[in-house]
This record gives sequence, C-alpha cells and structure tokens, in this order.
Amino acid sequence: MSVFKPRDWGSHAPLIAPGYKSTLLRGPSRAPLAIKSGLTEGTGPRFAPASVRELDFDLTKNGITNGEPLGERIVVHGRVLDTDGRPQPDIVVEVWQANAAGRYVHKVDQHDAPLDPNFRGSGRCMTDANGNYMFYTIKPGAYPWGNHFNAWRPNHIHLSVFGPGFATRLVTQMYFPGDPLLDLDPIFLETKDAAARERLIAKFSIKKTEEGFALGYQFDIVLRGRNGTPMEN
Amino acid sequence: MAYGETPSQTVGPYFAYGLTAGQYGYDFSDIVNPTVAGPDADGEHIRITGTVFDGEGNRVNDAMIEIWQADANGVYSENPVDVADSGFRGLGRCGTGTDADNRFWFETIKPGVVEDAKTPFVNVIVFMRGMLVHAFTRFYFDDEAALNAKDDVLQSVPADRRDTLIAKRIQTPTGIEYRIDIHMQGNAETVFFDV
Repeated sequence: MSVFKPRDWGSHAPLIAPGYKSTLLRGPSRAPLAIKSGLTEGTGPRFAPASVRELDFDLTKNGITNGEPLGERIVVHGRVLDTDGRPQPDIVVEVWQANAAGRYVHKVDQHDAPLDPNFRGSGRCMTDANGNYMFYTIKPGAYPWGNHFNAWRPNHIHLSVFGPGFATRLVTQMYFPGDPLLDLDPIFLETKDAAARERLIAKFSIKKTEEGFALGYQFDIVLRGRNGTPMEN
Repeated sequence: MAYGETPSQTVGPYFAYGLTAGQYGYDFSDIVNPTVAGPDADGEHIRITGTVFDGEGNRVNDAMIEIWQADANGVYSENPVDVADSGFRGLGRCGTGTDADNRFWFETIKPGVVEDAKTPFVNVIVFMRGMLVHAFTRFYFDDEAALNAKDDVLQSVPADRRDTLIAKRIQTPTGIEYRIDIHMQGNAETVFFDV
C-alpha cells in the first residue's frame, strides 16, 4: 500500500487549463500514469533547524540596505496539517513574493513599478512540534501580466513545502480576503472546486494582529494524509 | 475530521530569488542546490543533464527540476539535507534559467537499487510557469537494461513510451554524464506519474 493517500485531483486545477494560456503548451497533454508509490515517494528530504537562519522568517528585515521596506506590514500564521488533521512538525516553508508596489526582485520582471531597496521578498521558516509556522512580511501589491487584456494578478504570496514525503510536495499561493481580482484571475479560478479555492485565501485575524505593528493573517496548508495506520506515534 | 487538500498553484516565473538563490546569484541562502552528492559521497559520481521542451519544441528557460534519490547502497537518506555537506544529500534542485542552453544539471552519484524496486532510478518533479500542478516523473539509466526489464513501474509504462524515462550514458572529458530531456507534450511526451 502506498504510504500516502492518492492526490485528490478535485482539489486541484487541470493540467491544461485554457483560461491560463501558458498551460496550453506546458501542461502534460496525457493523463499521468497511476503507479503504486513506494519508498521513493514515502520518504522525503528533511531539513535541519539551522536551514532557517535568524532573519529568514522576517521579510521586513532580511532585505534591508538603508531603512525600512515600504508597505503594509503583516504577520502570517499558519499550520501545516495533513488531510486527517495531523500537524506536520519540522517542515520548511519557503516564501517569495512581490513588494508592496507589485514588483519582484527577479531580474526578468519588467513591470514598471519600483523596486524597494529594503525588500527582497524571499524567506523561509519551519513548523514547530505542533505544525505551526509564522513569518513577517509586507503585503504584496497586485501587478499586470500578459495572459489577456488588462490582466492583473491578485495580491499573493508564493509558498513551497516538501511535507513528510516526496509525494506530499506542494507549491501554492496564498491570497488575501476580499480581493476583487480573485474573481478575474485564471490561476485562481482554474481550481474549479469553490471550496478548494477558499482554502487558498488567508483569513484576516484580529487575534494574530499585533497592536501598533502588523495586521495578522492565518493560512493553513493541508497536505495528503497517510494511508492506514500512522507510522509514527 | 477530514480536511481538504490545499490546491497546488504555479511556481510562476519569478521563483529564483526564493528557491534557487545561489544558482541565480541572488543574495539569499539555499537549502538545496544542484549538488545531490558532494565529492566525498560513496558511489559512482555522475552528472545528469537535460533540457525541458514545451509543446512547440521550445526550450523552457524558467522551469525548476527537483530530484530525490537513494544513495549508492539503495538507501534514502534520513539525514537533514545540508548544502554544506560534502557527502550524499539525496535531494537536488536546479532551475533552467542560468545555463546558456537552458539545461538543468545535477552533480550526483548513481543510486543503488532500493528494496522495493528492481533497478536504479531517480525520482523527479517538474515545476514551471504554466503548470498549475507539478508533475512527477523518473529518470532510469540506459546501461541497466537487464534490471530495467524487471522493474514493475517501468514495465507498467507502455513500451513505446518507456524511452522517455531512460537517460543515456555518455563519457565526457569531465566524467560520466547521463542525458535525458523532458518533453511536456508531443510525440516524445515524457511519461508523468500520478503517485
């Protein structure tokens, strides 16, 4: 029996999703071949706590050259869980995003919006024993892209996790509640299941909001659960 | 209580300063890079290289490939991945945006046969702008024809598509290299797995 439950394809977008034009030539045209997964999928990389350095979890500080980054300071809290609700400890969460003006540090981003000399926009953190993670950042801006006329990406933060096995690898994007661009964004909308789409939207949290400092958001990441009896206590 | 999976979203075109910073020259540390096995790792040291092609045969210059493999004894490492480790790490990640020909490459060792397989292979994930869900594939080795013929997973692939998974061994001035391209679509479309 495979270590992990099968992927729930209903929670994901199709491989070729016509609304998102780049998928037309880049998504596999044939259905993936189902195989019984084994050790290679059930095992996966682990990372030492030292992989996350002191300021890696604070994007408001880890790119400073001469002052504070511009924009709305936020703190993102979340848990990494599996579909059985089991918290996933010691998982590295890699994070990258645009700055408050909607511009990425990446060399090929040509959007005519300013770079911020005090914001790189990448970092990482690690879940604790209860699967909790948190990072500070600046709320990313919206930016135009070439998918269709007047196309704009909603505010989003990219997140990458391995989870407990190679099979549970997930790269996703966290969106913000109330963003009017969500209803127009094919990358978001190509996940056809509305309940699944909701899981991509962080929840504003006044409890996580830090008085006088940063607005709080909660974003949980749910990975495939294990088959059968858990292998660990 | 059951929870729904978080949907996958594309890695997009701008992952490099977050996920592959060292390779692309950004001022941020790496937790993984194209070196899967450092010089002190046991086993036959090899390089795996290839190109990713889209449905029109264009080289993809913004893909990211990850590999996970067993060591020379066929064992998956339980040690934390450490980019300072000169031995075996097991995990590699490479973007296709820095090589002049947009190749990916991995410095590694040829894996041993793991206990639930019959032949050596490398597990592979393909990410890129234009993929809303990453794709799993595998790299097998063309000099292992006899063992490949016994492997359940490889033999479950239709015979006329099996070659898309088999890397070709080449002796180069800088050592043994295995070459394998990834075709997202077309007649030579790589076999991807639902694992």
